[in-house]
Amino acid sequence: MTATTGDLPQPTTIRSGSIKARTELLLQQLGAHATLIFFGIIFMLPFLWMVSSSLKPTADIFQIPVRLIPETVTLENYPEAIRAIHFLRYLGNTFYYAAFIMVAAVVSNVFIGYGFARIDWPGRDIVFILVISTMMLPHQVRFIPLFITYSRIGWLDSFNPLIIPAFFGNAFFVFLVRQFMLTFPKDLDDAARVDGANELMIFWRIVTPLSKPAIITIAIFEFMHGWHDFIGPLVYLRNPDLYTLSVGLRLYFTQHGAEWGLLMAASTLFTLPMIVVFFFAQRTFIEGISFTGVKG
Amino acid sequence: MSVFAGTRIERSRTSLSDMSPMVRRRLVWGLFFISPWVLGFLAFTLYPIAASFYYGFTNYNILNFTPRWVGTENYADLFTSDNVFWGSLRVTIQYVAMLVGLATVFDICIALLLNMNVRGLSLYRTVFYLPVMVPVVAATLTWVWILNPRHGLVNGLLDRIGVDGPLWLASPRTALFSLVLVAVWGSGRAVLIYLAGLKEIPSHLYEAAEIDGANPFRKMWHITLPLLTPQILFNVITMTIFSFQSIAAPLIMTGGGPNKATLLYGLQLYRLAFERLRMGYASAMAWILFLLILALTITMFYGSRRFIHYDR
Repeated sequence: MTATTGDLPQPTTIRSGSIKARTELLLQQLGAHATLIFFGIIFMLPFLWMVSSSLKPTADIFQIPVRLIPETVTLENYPEAIRAIHFLRYLGNTFYYAAFIMVAAVVSNVFIGYGFARIDWPGRDIVFILVISTMMLPHQVRFIPLFITYSRIGWLDSFNPLIIPAFFGNAFFVFLVRQFMLTFPKDLDDAARVDGANELMIFWRIVTPLSKPAIITIAIFEFMHGWHDFIGPLVYLRNPDLYTLSVGLRLYFTQHGAEWGLLMAASTLFTLPMIVVFFFAQRTFIEGISFTGVKG
Repeated sequence: MSVFAGTRIERSRTSLSDMSPMVRRRLVWGLFFISPWVLGFLAFTLYPIAASFYYGFTNYNILNFTPRWVGTENYADLFTSDNVFWGSLRVTIQYVAMLVGLATVFDICIALLLNMNVRGLSLYRTVFYLPVMVPVVAATLTWVWILNPRHGLVNGLLDRIGVDGPLWLASPRTALFSLVLVAVWGSGRAVLIYLAGLKEIPSHLYEAAEIDGANPFRKMWHITLPLLTPQILFNVITMTIFSFQSIAAPLIMTGGGPNKATLLYGLQLYRLAFERLRMGYASAMAWILFLLILALTITMFYGSRRFIHYDR
């Protein structure tokens, strides 16, 4: 994986030299910071507005002039949102969905990735191109026949259509695992093979333990996918008891559009776990993404 | 893009007919490990593609269960008499063009600034990436509230400096652009990819250019941008594919309105299929989208070949 820690030599080379050159450099840095801070604040405003609206008493929500900093701070929107939006039930469903596909994706993609990275079988590279090319397929093409099939076999109004496909791998993750496993030396498994280990043993005892970074990346991205997913639950879940936070929150919005205090409190609670995940796994995110872009 | 970069295991030279027992054993194990993908590909990709192609030539309302063959009627109707289809196609092309153009320029600029050895790099990086972490429903609801013409944050701030803000999502003239802004806000993934690409550019190229007396503009034009082209192509293609299919944001934020100004292709398709249950007609639409994306991707991929630098 590519290190992005900023320890590499930079384009703006620092050359010991005249005061003019140093002033120029200082001005450049100031300009960069000013622009970054300006856009950084703009990028953070939605977060501030979300939290600030969630802390405003109902009477202040539609206050004119508009205030970013609440005049009076209250926490009353939070318990009210949890009650009115059935937050805990939706939270449970969301967690169930996200955790389930997370495990399924890790197991299936590491398994499949091994077959593409560590065993040299005839035809492998052609099949791998097929794997990659499925990434281009718009999901609309698959959505309608799958919906019809699921409705025939009675999977609608269950988590099956959302969870079962995760057990069969996904092009992006297979690609990620493969690229990662290709970096291990070949002698590693050859030595084990000479000792009489079969592929399953090599996969389980040698390659999988070494693939921990790739496993963590898949786990986080797939959990995040389940947490964020809106269209999947919207299409396949009609029973409100099964709703995830995405569809539940949107349902409440369509019914009570103006209750911004509650909606923003629920949105804050909905977003918070993702922010926590990001801060704990920042390196994984940055390296995983940089990796796909550079090596892709 | 070099999919096989880093392949260390040597290619097999055996043909299928005279395979040694060892090669055959490797083939069996290889197929064993990829078997979940093969099954998934057949069930969740190949079958749906074939079925969708067939449904495109049928009249199929899911409530009366049997698709009825109508030949090319769906496609003929779409191309000749469906104004909503043409409208949604036009809106989608505008949306994708604005979004990809704006996001590419903006994300590259931010990545260039971050690459200037600035202090607090990790903080800035977090700031520009954090919007990606917000679930789409939470993000879109927040933006609907921010862009509220009377009580929202944006027009509230504009009001402070005496500017009468636009109606944003409520006006056909600004609604589509508002969706673009929201998508650019959420495009931090591309910034990280550009930044990683910039870090890979060897510094000796800049040093050599400096010895030759190149100014910053020439360094940017002759070194930085050419060497960033693989990342630009990757981001432009993925963003194009992704934004052509956008459903969630227009569905939640505008419902396609006002006056169909944000009725993106994906949303219109979703409505026909899952609200009006016109599965055959919607399948034809899905295939048009598929071919459109395929053609665009291939054009970008091959069209850009002369400009892409893979060797460093």
